Amino acid sequence: MRDLYPVRAGNLASRVFGGEAVVMNPADSTLFNLNETATAIWLAADGKTTLRQIVEREICPAWDIDAETALEDAETFARELAAHSILLISTESAKS
Amino acid sequence: MASLYERLNQRAMDAGVPLSVHIDLTWRCNERCIHCYLDHDDAAELSLAELRGLLDQMADAGVFFLTLSGGEIFLRKDLREIVEYARSRGFDMKLKTNAIMIGEREAAWISAAAVHQVQISIYSHRAEAHDAITKVPGSLERSLRAIRLLRAHGLHVVIACVLMKPNVNDFAGVQSLARELGAEFTIDPTITPHWNGDRAILGLNIERADLANLFHTESLVRDVDAFTAPPPPVDDSILDGTPCSAGHTSCYISPHGDLYPCVQFPLPCGNVRQTRFLDIWKDSAPLLEVRSIRARDLTTCSSCNHVGTCTRCPGLAFMEGSMYGPSQADCEKSFVRTGIPSENMIRRGRTDFTAMTPLIQIRPTVQSDVLR
Repeated sequence: MRDLYPVRAGNLASRVFGGEAVVMNPADSTLFNLNETATAIWLAADGKTTLRQIVEREICPAWDIDAETALEDAETFARELAAHSILLISTESAKS
Repeated sequence: MASLYERLNQRAMDAGVPLSVHIDLTWRCNERCIHCYLDHDDAAELSLAELRGLLDQMADAGVFFLTLSGGEIFLRKDLREIVEYARSRGFDMKLKTNAIMIGEREAAWISAAAVHQVQISIYSHRAEAHDAITKVPGSLERSLRAIRLLRAHGLHVVIACVLMKPNVNDFAGVQSLARELGAEFTIDPTITPHWNGDRAILGLNIERADLANLFHTESLVRDVDAFTAPPPPVDDSILDGTPCSAGHTSCYISPHGDLYPCVQFPLPCGNVRQTRFLDIWKDSAPLLEVRSIRARDLTTCSSCNHVGTCTRCPGLAFMEGSMYGPSQADCEKSFVRTGIPSENMIRRGRTDFTAMTPLIQIRPTVQSDVLR
């Protein structure tokens, strides 16, 4: 599987409350509430870090879960957010 | 099931987070609306540097929903810098404006800044009626031109129609106009007293029969039977409830930095030039008092049948003499809506109020998790 580089869409409003991100997409007025795991991925999605690195660095140590299972869940989550245009996924780093 | 917004609001309330803030950037205005509750002085407005500092404090405090209003915000030459800075701090933003200074360039940068919503006041679909209220000839034409530009840039526009005697028969025309322009429509027959205490403008309030007509207009209230139904029995959960979000999860800041629970609740709580925003929010004695009030503490309303469904405005009650007391405007509204007099009306021995301030805000389309 190729590495995926998620990055937060730039036109959103967001705030973290008690460890959970609330995200508003002003284009369609949709409000999202991310749980703590999703929030950790969301906050780390800078376009330069792969989803695998995010999972290994942010998810596995905090939630005591094996990397492959977590990566599978994270990819599902990332594609779901991408479908709502609040996360963009690239196969190339923003650096390149 | 509670909507996501309701759950978010409850979480903010439990955690003491100021979820929503309304800032008036200026009280200066280029219209002179006959129902306006503000003075239009330009003394000592918060500077761009002060506003940046305030926005930083608000973001750190957890403020998410930010409304910039006035006065007319486009009279601030630094408006674009303010909006862009606020967006860089992650706020969900709403602008309130009469829009007559919005041209192609302004519409483009508002869109580029990903402002969530632009609310524009339109009083009538008839130029002579709208312009007579704003006292600016040509203002309807200019506002409508701006709406078309904003819509062409994909922005979410809300047309807000304050209803009063001169335009009482025009809401359907404005509603049609909104539909034609692809804008949302909201109506508000709320004339509030002037901030200096002058109540003369309350004479513009629509008559009871007109208010009743609104309450029975399906395109505004959707389910007329449900909207006009008698209130449910009062129980402890209702009496333990809080009146509204003012001071609990939201507040208002004037152009001069004075903080109040709400734009309609002129109870001074502090000034952000002298005290940090979060310190006022957490420690202001007036705010703590506002937050302590439960429905069972209200002097008359606690024994009123309508207490669970009334939209009693504590700010209007405050302006009528006590934030623990009834707001006669809302007594009137509950009565007209259901045909059942409020406890306050019964105690006063009258159900024929005519000089009240009807206060309603009707939003025809509300979907859970999709904020309009």
